[in-house]
Amino acid sequence: MNETLEITLRSLWVSGAATLLAAAFGLPLGLWLGTRGRSHLAATFLYAGMGLPPVVVGLFFYFLFSRSGPLGALGLLYSLPAVIIAESVLAFPLIAGFTMAGVASRFEEVRKLVRSLGGSEAQALLVLLTESRKVIVAALAAGFGAVISEVGAVTIVGGDIRHATRVLTTAVVLETRKGDLELAATLGVILLGVTLVVSGVLVAFGERR
Amino acid sequence: MRKPLVAVSALLLFLGLQVPAAAKSHLLRLATTTSVNDSGLLDFILPQFEKESGLKVEVVAVGTGQALAIAGRGDADAVLVHAPDLEARFLAEGKGVDHTCIAKNNFLIVGPESDPADVKNAADAVDAFRRIFQKGALFVSRGDNSGTYHKERALWKKAGLVPDGQPWYLESGSGMGATLTLASEKDAYTLTDLGTFLFVGSKTRLKPLFDRDDPLLLNQYSFMAVNPEKFPWVNAEGARALRSYLLRKDVQAKIGAYMKDRFGRSLFEPLAGRCIIPVK
Repeated sequence: MNETLEITLRSLWVSGAATLLAAAFGLPLGLWLGTRGRSHLAATFLYAGMGLPPVVVGLFFYFLFSRSGPLGALGLLYSLPAVIIAESVLAFPLIAGFTMAGVASRFEEVRKLVRSLGGSEAQALLVLLTESRKVIVAALAAGFGAVISEVGAVTIVGGDIRHATRVLTTAVVLETRKGDLELAATLGVILLGVTLVVSGVLVAFGERR
Repeated sequence: MRKPLVAVSALLLFLGLQVPAAAKSHLLRLATTTSVNDSGLLDFILPQFEKESGLKVEVVAVGTGQALAIAGRGDADAVLVHAPDLEARFLAEGKGVDHTCIAKNNFLIVGPESDPADVKNAADAVDAFRRIFQKGALFVSRGDNSGTYHKERALWKKAGLVPDGQPWYLESGSGMGATLTLASEKDAYTLTDLGTFLFVGSKTRLKPLFDRDDPLLLNQYSFMAVNPEKFPWVNAEGARALRSYLLRKDVQAKIGAYMKDRFGRSLFEPLAGRCIIPVK
């Protein structure tokens, strides 16, 4: 297989899996927090989490997964699962935070409406979920965008190993280091294109009736 | 400690990924300095080794300091590095075994064509550094823990000079390629290994100003296996196989021939295990 295609597909897989993993925890949490009225403490932690430095998260998982670290027996350092886990930690606050803020802004309104029409609490939640589709799309896009463009954690935890953990961002760094700026720029354009396409798909999903 | 293990395993199952087996004897992880990787040398010699041994080599290309740090936690099976003093410490700490010298080339001092510090006419490398210091000409240091950085610091020390804090002394904190680009943009001097200069530096405005067979500028690349007694999970057998492969006559000849046609000189001259700078 063409190596550029291989790296592009790996980037998509890593970012997609990390976003889904983060969403599996982040969406329910955001929904739950959003329907419980404003919690300043939760908001503070989630918004601070959006500023988590990727290199620090990378270092944390480096020590955790290192052969000499607490989870060393798993042999996960410099593997894709390790990268996906680290990246999902970076995407998690974005997804949970965006969902919480979006849901909180319309929860009361939706509940009053559903209740006035004779609906139950459970039905109110269901309506809220469908009404919040655009919010969830925005949350997923933010998470995916943060992960696919990330270079610090994926370098530390993944090691930029050819045919194993090299993704578009680390390939750009490598080619820049090697002085092949044209190839680096080409890879950068591919990265932008992939992000654009995925965002388009997400938006289309959010608009679907 | 058990709980997080279970949690992580569950996460991996959720991802549909298998937990890699603890003993991956078909994999060999080599932590290495960037120059041997970015110059294309490893891509030139490793595929044949992979075919012959049936091993898959994973290359983690970082600075020498980081390569030794990775190996020093047992996260690599072998290293290919170029900082004799750091290698000696690695061996003394019992982290490495089977040290051997694979190849050499030389460092060179590069800078702007105008050569304001007149490095071209320096008597030796230390004199060249002295001239840069006295002139206060811009100099870009790697500022990391790489082999090249260690060589640069050794030269300042030998000259009896302390460049730190001088307004003309810049630390890039990045790899050799990026440092060369930075030096070129700033019309500054820098110390570089031959391979990276020929590949990256030749695309910049930098000129090789001090490129002589000076023993002070010897750049020696060494191989070490990670000590299996200290890190029982390493692929010691694979590391031994790679070591003998790298020292084999035909492979040594291949290393020496790499890019010789293109540049008219060897990027890496074979050492066949004979270290010129003693490592102990």
